[in-house]
Amino acid sequence: MIHSLFLINASGDIFLEKHWKSVVSRSVCDYFFEAQERASEAENVPPVIPTPHHYLLSVYRHKIFFVAVIQSEVPPLFVIEFLHRVVDTFQDYFGSTNVGDQLPTGQLSVVPWRRTGVKYTNNEAYFDVIEEIDAIIDKSGSTITAEIQGVIDACVKLTGMPDLTLSFMNPRLLDDVSFHPCVRFKRWESERILSFIPPDGNFRLLSYHVSAQNLVAIPVYVKHNISFRDSSSLGRFEITVGPKQTMGKTVEGVMVTSQMPKGVLNMTLTPSQGTHIFDPVTKLLSWDVGKINPQKLPSLKGNVSLQAGTSKPDENPTINLQFKIQQLAISGLKVNRLDMYGEKYKPFKGIKYMTKAGKFQVRT
Amino acid sequence: MLESSKDSAKLDAMKRIVGMIAKGKNASELFPAVVKNVASKNIEIKKLVYVYLMRYAEEQQDLALLSISTFQRALKDPNQLIRASALRVLSSIRVPIIVPIMMLAIKEASSDLSPYVRKNAAHAIQKLLDPEQKEMLIEVIEKLLKDRSTLVAGSVVMAFEEVCPDRIDLIHKNYRKLCNLLVDVEEWGQVVIIHMLTRYARTQFVSPWKDDEAGEEYSENNFYESDEEQKEKDRKVKATYIMDPDHRLLLRNTKPLLQSRNAAVVMAVAQLYWHLAPKSEAGIVSKSLVRLLRSNREVQYIVLQNIATMSIQRKGMFEPYLKSFYVRSTDPTMIKTLKLEILTNLANEANISTLLREFQTYVKSQDKQFAAATIQAIGRCATNITEVTDTCLNGLVCLLSNRDEIVVAESVVVIKKLLQTQPAHHGEIIKHMAKLLDNITVPVARASILWLIGEYCERVPKIAPDVLRKTAKSFTNEDDLVKLQILNLGAKLYLTNSKQTKLLTQYVLNLGKYDQSYDIRDRTRFIRQLIVPNEKSGALSKYAKKIFLAQKPAPLLESPFKDRDHFQLGTLSHTLNSRATGYLELSDWPEVAPDPSVRNVEVAESPKEWTGILGKTKKEKPAEKFYSESEEEEDESASTSASESESGSESEKEDKEEGSSDESSGSSSSSGESSDSESDNKENTAKKTSRAADESDSEDIKKKAKAISRKRSTSSSSDTESTSSEESSSDSKSESDSKSDSESGKSRSATSSKKEEKTIQDRKAPNKQDVFLLDLDDFCPVPTPVAVPTAAVLSPSLTADLEGLSLLSSSVIDVTTQVSVPTKTHELLHRMSGKGLAAHYHFSRQPGIFGDCMVSVQVTVTNTTDQKIENIHIGEKKLPPGMRMHEFNPIECLEPAGSITVSMGIDFCDSTQTASFQLCTKDDHFSVNIQPPVGELLLPVTMSEKDFKKEQGMLTGMNETSATIAVAPQNSTRLVIIERVVKAANLGIVPSGQDNIHRFAAKTVHSGSLMLVTVELKESSTAQLIINTEKTVIGSVLLRELKPVLSQG
Repeated sequence: MIHSLFLINASGDIFLEKHWKSVVSRSVCDYFFEAQERASEAENVPPVIPTPHHYLLSVYRHKIFFVAVIQSEVPPLFVIEFLHRVVDTFQDYFGSTNVGDQLPTGQLSVVPWRRTGVKYTNNEAYFDVIEEIDAIIDKSGSTITAEIQGVIDACVKLTGMPDLTLSFMNPRLLDDVSFHPCVRFKRWESERILSFIPPDGNFRLLSYHVSAQNLVAIPVYVKHNISFRDSSSLGRFEITVGPKQTMGKTVEGVMVTSQMPKGVLNMTLTPSQGTHIFDPVTKLLSWDVGKINPQKLPSLKGNVSLQAGTSKPDENPTINLQFKIQQLAISGLKVNRLDMYGEKYKPFKGIKYMTKAGKFQVRT
Repeated sequence: MLESSKDSAKLDAMKRIVGMIAKGKNASELFPAVVKNVASKNIEIKKLVYVYLMRYAEEQQDLALLSISTFQRALKDPNQLIRASALRVLSSIRVPIIVPIMMLAIKEASSDLSPYVRKNAAHAIQKLLDPEQKEMLIEVIEKLLKDRSTLVAGSVVMAFEEVCPDRIDLIHKNYRKLCNLLVDVEEWGQVVIIHMLTRYARTQFVSPWKDDEAGEEYSENNFYESDEEQKEKDRKVKATYIMDPDHRLLLRNTKPLLQSRNAAVVMAVAQLYWHLAPKSEAGIVSKSLVRLLRSNREVQYIVLQNIATMSIQRKGMFEPYLKSFYVRSTDPTMIKTLKLEILTNLANEANISTLLREFQTYVKSQDKQFAAATIQAIGRCATNITEVTDTCLNGLVCLLSNRDEIVVAESVVVIKKLLQTQPAHHGEIIKHMAKLLDNITVPVARASILWLIGEYCERVPKIAPDVLRKTAKSFTNEDDLVKLQILNLGAKLYLTNSKQTKLLTQYVLNLGKYDQSYDIRDRTRFIRQLIVPNEKSGALSKYAKKIFLAQKPAPLLESPFKDRDHFQLGTLSHTLNSRATGYLELSDWPEVAPDPSVRNVEVAESPKEWTGILGKTKKEKPAEKFYSESEEEEDESASTSASESESGSESEKEDKEEGSSDESSGSSSSSGESSDSESDNKENTAKKTSRAADESDSEDIKKKAKAISRKRSTSSSSDTESTSSEESSSDSKSESDSKSDSESGKSRSATSSKKEEKTIQDRKAPNKQDVFLLDLDDFCPVPTPVAVPTAAVLSPSLTADLEGLSLLSSSVIDVTTQVSVPTKTHELLHRMSGKGLAAHYHFSRQPGIFGDCMVSVQVTVTNTTDQKIENIHIGEKKLPPGMRMHEFNPIECLEPAGSITVSMGIDFCDSTQTASFQLCTKDDHFSVNIQPPVGELLLPVTMSEKDFKKEQGMLTGMNETSATIAVAPQNSTRLVIIERVVKAANLGIVPSGQDNIHRFAAKTVHSGSLMLVTVELKESSTAQLIINTEKTVIGSVLLRELKPVLSQG
C-alpha cells in the first residue's frame, strides 16, 4: 500500500510530504523529476515509474503532482483512484472554507456515507442531470463517433435519515451506469428505480452512458475553410459555428479552441462576435463566442501568417468545441418522480437538465 | 506556546509543528515538549500530538515510551473512536520494545465489541509485521477472518495478503461469507478481497475454459473410491464441465460491482472475470472498462494497458467498442499510443478499411511520435491482414514523399519489414527507395534501405552498384549503423556481381579497416576474410554466398503487449511488465478440484454474536451459506411456482432488502449494546438459526422438486403430475422429519450441529437424483432455452393427440404452447380478378409441417362460378433470393360453389418480403402474392422468467428496440394483453412474477433467433414495449405492429 506521499508543484518543489510507515527520503522524487524531464509535458509523465527500491505512482491535477511511494505489488488503479479521492477531498475542504479551524471529526454512522443528526430548516433536494456529448466530426461534417455520457449530481440538504427514490420516464436509455455506493443496486436491477439514503450535501448520484443505438443528435455544426498555400506565407482561416438539432433551445457558452501547427507565426482574424486570442508561443487559438444567434451566425475570418521559407504544415488543425444548452438532456432522459420516505416533512425538490460538449472535436 | 495553559495556544503551536513536518522540516527537537501533551483532554490537540508521534517516535524511542501508558489507558476507553485511534497510533510509532504490548493490544482489539476497533486491529497487524510475531498474527487474522462485519472484511483480507498470502486454507471456511458480504464492503476492501479471491479460485476450481479436458480428468478411476464418489464422477463425465457452485457464487456476486464508481473496483472485477469466468461470460466486463476511459488520464492509462492485453487474446470482447478507442488530438501521447495499440489489435478484415482511414488522419498528426507509431501500426495491420497488405504498402510508399523526416524514416523501416515478408514482386518499391536515399538523413532509414538493396540486389541489378558507389563516397560521414550496412551491401554485391563492384567493395573495406569504431573495423575484417579469396582463407569462404545471401526469416510485427499476459491483469507487475516486489503468481487451474467440502461451514460454530439482534438477517444468512445458489434461484423458483409464491416472493424480496441494509446497521449498532444482552441473545440466536437453516433447507427441497417438474413439463410436455407430487411428498417427509427434529432439539443448542449433519444427509441421500438434475439445470454455463422449443412447441393437432394419449393436465399445455390461431384471413385472389376463382389465406401457426424453416399458410380456394374449375395448382414462382416454397398438392377439381382448404409452406427467410407466385387453373393463371405479417414469422418458445432475463441481458444495445405507447384502459388487464399480443404475433407467454410486466418469447422461423417481447405497464395508462432480438429489422417491424394492438380500444 501507499508508503509515503509527496506533493510537487508546477515549479518542481516538494511542498508537502506525509509518511505512513517509515520515512522515505525525498530523494526518491529525483526519479520522478527525471521522468518528468523526459516527458517534456506534464501530461505525458507516466503514472507509474519504477525505481530501484520503490514504485512511484502519480496523478496530476490542478497543476500539482501527487506522488505516492509504493514498495510492493498493489493494483495500480487502487492507488491512483485513491489519490484522486484525496485530491477531491482537498478540493472540498480547501475550496469551501479557508483552511478549516475545526479538524474534521471522524464519525461512525449506521449509514457510512451519512452522518447522523443532520438538521436543516429548509429541506431541499436538487438534482442536476448533466449530459456531455463526446464526438469526433470529420472534415466533411459527418460524425465519426458520438456518444452521450451523463451524470446526475445532487445537492441534498434534508433533515434526519431520508430515504429517496428517483424514477425515470425512460430508464431504458441508460445503457451503462455506475452508482454512488448509497444506491441500492438490487432495486435498480429489478425495477430500474434509484433508491437510496443520500449523503449530506453535494455528491454524484449516478454516471451513465446512453446506449449506442440511440443516434446522438449533434446540436452544433462548424463550417470551416482553413487553407495553407505552399508558395506564399499566407493562409486563409475561416470558421462559422451554427446550431442544429437543438430542440429549440439556445446554445450558449460556446468556446472554440484550436492548436495551430508550429509553422504558424501569427493570425489576423476578425470575429463577428465574441473575443479571440492567439498565443504565438503555444500556437493556441481560442475564441470565446458566447451565445449563438441562429439569425446571425458567429464567424471568425482572417489570414494566417506562416513562417517564411518553411513548407506548409501537413495537417490542418483540429477544432475543439465547448458549448452548453440549458434545460435540455440531449438523450431525452427524463426524471419521472422523486419521492421521500422515512421522514415526515415535505422537502423542496428540483430537477435541472443541461447538455454540454464533452470531448467535442472537429477535424479539418 | 506548548507550555501555555491555554488550549488554544497549544493547538496553534501544534498546528505549526505539524505544518513543519508536512513541509519536510525537522521538528524532532520539540519532542519532549510535544510528548507531554499526549494526555491532553482536548481531542484536537491529542490528534495533532498523535500525528507528531507517528513521525518522530522512531527517532526518539526512549522519550516515546513515556507516552505508551497513555495509549494503554486509551485502549480501554469507553469511546470506540478513542480505542481505535490509540491502537492506530500505537501501531504506527515503530518502537521495537513495544512489540509485545502491541501484540497484546491487537489481540484484545480483535475481539472488541466495536467492528470499527476490530477493523483497526486488522490494520495494525500489517504494521506490526515482524517475523517473530508472524505465527501469533496469523492466529489473529484467522480469528478476524471469521468476523461477519463488512467493516472488518476488507481490512483483514488486506492483512492476510500482507502477512500470510499463502495460507489459503484460512480462506476456505470464509469463502462463501466473503462472497456474500462483498457488495456491502467498502470500496477499497472490495478491491483487495476480489484480488485475493481471484487467486483463491484459481487454486480451488477446475478450469471453465476447456470443456474437453474436463472429461478426461475423470476417466481414470481409482478403485478404492466409494460408490458415491463414483457417481459424482459419472455425472461429471457426462456433463463434461459443471462449474462448482462456489465458483459460480463468486462470479455472480462480483458482477454488480462492475457498476461501482470506483475504477479500481471495476478493474478488479474485470480481471476476475478475465481470469476466472468461462470465455463466453468474460465479455460483460468490456462495457464497464470502456466506461472508465472517461476518467482521468492516469486511470485511462492503466485501463487501456489492460484492454490492450485483453484485446490480443480475445478481439471479440472489444470489437463493438472500436470507436471508443479513436484518438483525439487532445489526448496525451501515451494515451494515444495505447489507443492505437488497441485499434491495431482489433483490426480485422471487416473493419480494416475504416481503421486505415482513421489511421490516415493520425499519420498527419502534429504529434510526430504518434505519427511514427501509427506507421508501425499500419505495418502490423498489413502483415496480419493479407487482404490489405498491398493497400498498406502503397499507402506507406506514398508517405515516403512526406515532408517530415521522422514519418519517412518510420515508413522506410516498416516497408523494409513488409517487403521482407513478401519480397516477390516489389522491385519497383525498392527502386523508389533507392532514389530516396539521397534525401533521407535518418540513419535507421538509410540503413534499412541499404539492407533492402543488398538483400534483393539481384532484383535491382542496375541500381545496386550505383548505390554502393554513392554511399562509398559518403562513407566516412555516415552513422555507424549505415556504415555497417554499406559494408554489408558491398559484400553481397561482391558475391553476386563482382565484375562491377569488386573495386568499390575493396575501397569500402579499406575505409572500414581504418574506421574509428571497433565494431566497424571488426566487421570489415570479418567480411574481407569471408569474401575475398586468398590462400589463407579457410573452408568458410566457400560458403560465403550461402552465409550472406541466405533466406532470412521475416521479422514478426507483434504487439508489445504480447508477452504481458502472464501477469495477472490489473496488477502493478502487468503495468510495468516486470515482476514487482511481492507479486503473487496466479496459479494455473488445478487438474482436479480440491475437495469442495472444505468450504462448508457448520452453522453452530460460526460466531453469531456480532450480527446483533435482528432476526431477519440471521434467518437468511445460514441458508445462504449452505446453498450457494441463493437469490437468483430463489427469485426464479418463487416466481415460476406461481400459486405458492405470489405473495411469498414479494415478502421474501422485501426481507432480503431489509436484511442487507439492516445487516450493516445490525453489526454496527451491536457495538453500542451492552455485553449482557448480547450473551442473552446468543442462545436464542443459535436456536433460531438452526431452525431457520432447517426450514430453508426444506423449502429449498420443495423448490427443487418444483423446478424439476417444471423442467419436465417443458422438455417432454407431458408432465406427469402424479410423479412430481410423489417426489415432493417424499421430500416433504424428510422435511417434516427435520422439522420435528428441530422441535425436539430446540432446548439444547448443542444438538444443532447434529441436525446440521442430518440435513446434509437429507440433501445427499434421498434426493441425490434431484440435486444432480438441478445442478445441471442451474450451473450449466450456457442456458439452453433455445434448444428445447422443437419439443415444446406443439401443433394443436399434436396436442390433441397427446391429450388423448396421456394423463397430462391441460393446464400445463396451456402454458407451454399457447397456440392461438388468428382468425384473420387475408385475400389472395379476389373472385372478380380471378374469373370466379377466389382464394383466401391465413396463417395456421403450425410449426414445421413442411420443414423447419417454413411458415405454414392455409389457403382456402372457393369456386364462385357455375362451372367446375379443374387442376388448381401453383405455377411460376417469383421468390426473392433464399425464399423457398412448399406447394400444396394440386386440386384436381373444384365443384361450383365448393371450397377447399389446402396447406402450403413458405420459408420467408425471416423477412417480410412478398412471396409472389401464380395460381393456375387448367385454363388460366393469376399472379398472387403473400406478404406475411411479421408476427407470423415467429414460433413461440417456452422459457422461464430467469432465462428470459438472461437472454434479454445478452440482447441489449443494438439488439433492443423499445417504445412507449398509450394503452387503452380496457386493455391493461393481464388477460387482454396476452390475448391481444398473442393474437397479433405468434409469441409464447413467459410466466411473469410481476403484475405489470408481461413477457413473451419466440424464435424466428427461419434462423431460430430469439425474439423477446416485454410489455411493461406504467402509470397513467402508458406502457413500455421492449423487443430484444438479434434480428433488429424484424424486431422494429414487430414493434411497429404491436403498438396499435395495445393502444387501440
